[in-house]
Amino acid sequence: MRAWHFSENAYPFLPPAEEYDSIRVTLPNRLYDPRKGAALYDRFLTEWQIAEEEGVNIMLNEHHQSATCVDPAAPLVLAALARLTHKARLLILGNPIANRRQPVRVAEEMALIDVLSKGRLEAGFVRGVPTEILPANSNPVRMNERHWEALDLIVQAWTSNDGPTSFEGRFFHHRNINIWPRPYQSPHPPIWVSTTSAGGAGQVGAHGYIQATFLTGFKGTPAIYDSYRKGWRQAGKGNDVAVNRLAYAAMVYVADSDAKARAGAEKLLWYITANKVSPWFRNPPGYSPIAANVQMMLGDAAGGGFGNFGGNLTVDSAVANGTMFYGTPDRVFEQIKAFYHHVGGFGNLLLMGQAGHLDHDDTVAGIRAFAREVYPRLQAEFPDDAVSGRSEAADAVAGR
Amino acid sequence: MKHDMLKLGEIELELHESGDGLPLLFFHSGQGFAPEDPFVAMLAQRYRVIAPSHPGFGHSSLPDWVDSIDDIAHVYLELMDRLDLPRAKLVGCSIGGWIAAEIATKVPERIEKLALVGPVGVKTGGVKQLDIPDIFAISQDEMNRLRFHDPAKAKIDLTKLTEEEMRVIARNSETLALLVWEPYMHNPKLKHRLHRLTMPVLFIRGASDGIVSAPYLDRYAALIPGARIETIPAAGHLPHVEQPEAFVAKLAAFFEQGA
Repeated sequence: MRAWHFSENAYPFLPPAEEYDSIRVTLPNRLYDPRKGAALYDRFLTEWQIAEEEGVNIMLNEHHQSATCVDPAAPLVLAALARLTHKARLLILGNPIANRRQPVRVAEEMALIDVLSKGRLEAGFVRGVPTEILPANSNPVRMNERHWEALDLIVQAWTSNDGPTSFEGRFFHHRNINIWPRPYQSPHPPIWVSTTSAGGAGQVGAHGYIQATFLTGFKGTPAIYDSYRKGWRQAGKGNDVAVNRLAYAAMVYVADSDAKARAGAEKLLWYITANKVSPWFRNPPGYSPIAANVQMMLGDAAGGGFGNFGGNLTVDSAVANGTMFYGTPDRVFEQIKAFYHHVGGFGNLLLMGQAGHLDHDDTVAGIRAFAREVYPRLQAEFPDDAVSGRSEAADAVAGR
Repeated sequence: MKHDMLKLGEIELELHESGDGLPLLFFHSGQGFAPEDPFVAMLAQRYRVIAPSHPGFGHSSLPDWVDSIDDIAHVYLELMDRLDLPRAKLVGCSIGGWIAAEIATKVPERIEKLALVGPVGVKTGGVKQLDIPDIFAISQDEMNRLRFHDPAKAKIDLTKLTEEEMRVIARNSETLALLVWEPYMHNPKLKHRLHRLTMPVLFIRGASDGIVSAPYLDRYAALIPGARIETIPAAGHLPHVEQPEAFVAKLAAFFEQGA
């Protein structure tokens, strides 16, 4: 198993949540102090460097107009990391290509970082959450189609090495594609795609790209991985899907005592509890399929309505639903092991290891405790080339 | 009311038709067409009302190449040919008005009279201010306040809807976003073509319309030679829904003038 330290570069110095409507999209940037922000970038970059020293890989992401993630141009931060680090793999997860107007430019940025890092880039692509729609002014309808077409164009730009080629698709048009530099890795860097839906995972599997899913827990993850494997097999890529094709992101905090671990884990919950977003930003028309919208209306008609996202979540309920692993090394190892077997195995653990007010010392302590006490056991227990998939015997044990 | 599905190229178009006077094409707003709205029967007493559901609305299909109001204008040119309508009156509400205006710039000689009800479609104001409020950045309550004189009328009781009706609401909303997202609620070319309109043109605005403002309509109408504006009191963005009698009376006066 490979582990990746992931930090969202959050800006937590905000007024009480009652004083604003939404932490994303509309929160005025006068609330952002660039001096404090500069200190935070220093700190988060240092934490990634420490993760590398501890043998953990690096992951970063991109959001816009949000205090939860002040990294609106992830390739820029990745370029800095390419120079600040020397051995860690560098995962960007990812480029929101349904919201970027020039896929060829994205191909260039990624190729440059791959060369700058001497082949350490892991290039991830995401459709982006609903709250990215307005910041990007991006049409929420047909995003999925744009996403896949943009990715095809990017791969073409990376792999066409004999002079200009052209691309005339439904959404993107480009003549004379001939990027310099081309990627360091051949034929191109590993490609990751994140999705939290089973339908999306089937498409990722059919392409053979690495599938990442975030906080989908015990309940949602098995169907996503099953769908990935189904898509893989139906595309004729063989029967066995290695666990290294699959990734799972969870909040993780490890310490040598339960009390310390719990204190860190409580702070990590900021990821969920701080995510106050106006309901109309959560479901722009066209973002979710028609059938899903009908289900939401049926829920509303039955008196449900939009839940308060994470409002009632505790560290213990988060552990119970598989979105958080926290505790002493033994306990965290057992939690991850149980999750691994429940979902049929995965080869990449994306550690949401910093959030909100978890300070530098506690963040570093969490990274080190994981890297020294848990990671070696995960690597020994779960080899990268193991075959993923739930067996009937495992299903019977799990009561499925 | 007759209800048909008509095949136009790759599109399965839902068509409502009633009445047997002179032909009147009615183009619905982003909310879709509801044949049971009282204004429909009132209009049908005077005219042959032909009301398609735009591609992607109601039960009309949406091929993947359709993504603009102008695409729909072309579909309706084909519809006029198919229905053998050398000339017709056009009535369009909101985005339906935008569609009607696009058609009128293409075949002015085929449009007898044009009525635009709270239409969008042009950009006439400043760069730093939206002409039309951003309906994708506000709550449903705020949206209802902008659209209705009496927002209580906007409330939809979800418990009374069938799943199919919910599906239509979700589709209408999705297709609206597809069509008007960018440039927002307008075609930058349209205002440079409106001078070609030679038919009588009437703008109708609900006095409480929070989507289409009075200054916006003044500037829109100024682009069309001889266009007039009339206002319906106690109505918002959908005066045909909120004040059907006043709406039909205004339309009839306009259509019968000089007829």
